Amino acid sequence: MTEKNIPLWEVFIRSRTGLSHRHVGSVHAADAEMALQNARDVYTRRGEGLSLWVVPSSAITASDPSDKDTLFEPTATKIYRHPTFYEVPDEVGHM
Amino acid sequence: MTETPLFAYTLRLADNALILGHRLSEWVGHAPVLEEDLALGNLALDLIGQARSFYTYAGEIEGKGRDEDALAYLRDAGGYRNILLVEQPNGDFANTIIRQLLFSAFALPYFEALSRSKDETLAAIAAKAVKEMAYHVRHTAEWTIRLGDGTDESHKRAQAALDELWPFTGEMFETDQLERALIDTGIAVDPASVKARWSQTLDEVFEEATLTRPRDGYMQSGGRIGRHSEHLGLILTELQFLQRAYPGAKW
Repeated sequence: MTEKNIPLWEVFIRSRTGLSHRHVGSVHAADAEMALQNARDVYTRRGEGLSLWVVPSSAITASDPSDKDTLFEPTATKIYRHPTFYEVPDEVGHM
Repeated sequence: MTETPLFAYTLRLADNALILGHRLSEWVGHAPVLEEDLALGNLALDLIGQARSFYTYAGEIEGKGRDEDALAYLRDAGGYRNILLVEQPNGDFANTIIRQLLFSAFALPYFEALSRSKDETLAAIAAKAVKEMAYHVRHTAEWTIRLGDGTDESHKRAQAALDELWPFTGEMFETDQLERALIDTGIAVDPASVKARWSQTLDEVFEEATLTRPRDGYMQSGGRIGRHSEHLGLILTELQFLQRAYPGAKW
């Protein structure tokens, strides 16, 4: 059995209720159920999670690193998009 | 016999967990893939954790100052009370998985029942173990299905493992006078009461795995009274080496 024959899955963990799932890494597994179990065994050994997602790595469409400038560079000059020009009243509390 | 039934019973539970946990730990660094290496290590740690709790309690019951380490590291093979199934060699991956399935499909309902024991400490240890054993069943059942219903080679190996280990399953359901007294007082679990569930769990898995359940024939026995296969001595050689060579060694 070689790794080439075993599909790769991306693992997402939700660490607490109310937070979103975060990507933590990947595992090899023959199918979804085993991917879930492998993710549990590899990534939740220290109480990291309440919920797990596994997604076939092949199902992910990624941006091309060479498109970096086109995609992300233009935002650098648009500082008004950051919410730093507002005074937040104290009564609002933690945002 | 100088030991009390409760001490002997607790020791049997502890020894089953320690020896099976040790067997699984032998896979660490050798499993087919990294993911399974960690999975088997996790199962081993569950069992060794259970063993520690049972040993600590056994030491308290005995009241002679023996702690978990003294019970685990300083008894010879004849003093061990685990069933023969758990000391069987790892063999190939199918062998390890089938052995774990046969045991955990029994341990899950057994610990569920033990969590209602009149003995509060045993009940508490069992309650914690229930969740762990539920995962052992899930993990090994899914693997058994994939091995049995996988390739010709994996099917052949899974069936061979099942045929080889089946004669060791009878011992799980044995009771003796010592245990009978504890069962009657609501402390120990009557293993006969969980046999139907064990059987049903296995039948469901075997059907999906296209494996044939072996017929009940001659059953191996003796571990619970200290009569072991040669394998246990070899396990203890490794398990106890450090404490035997350097008595009292600490981290």
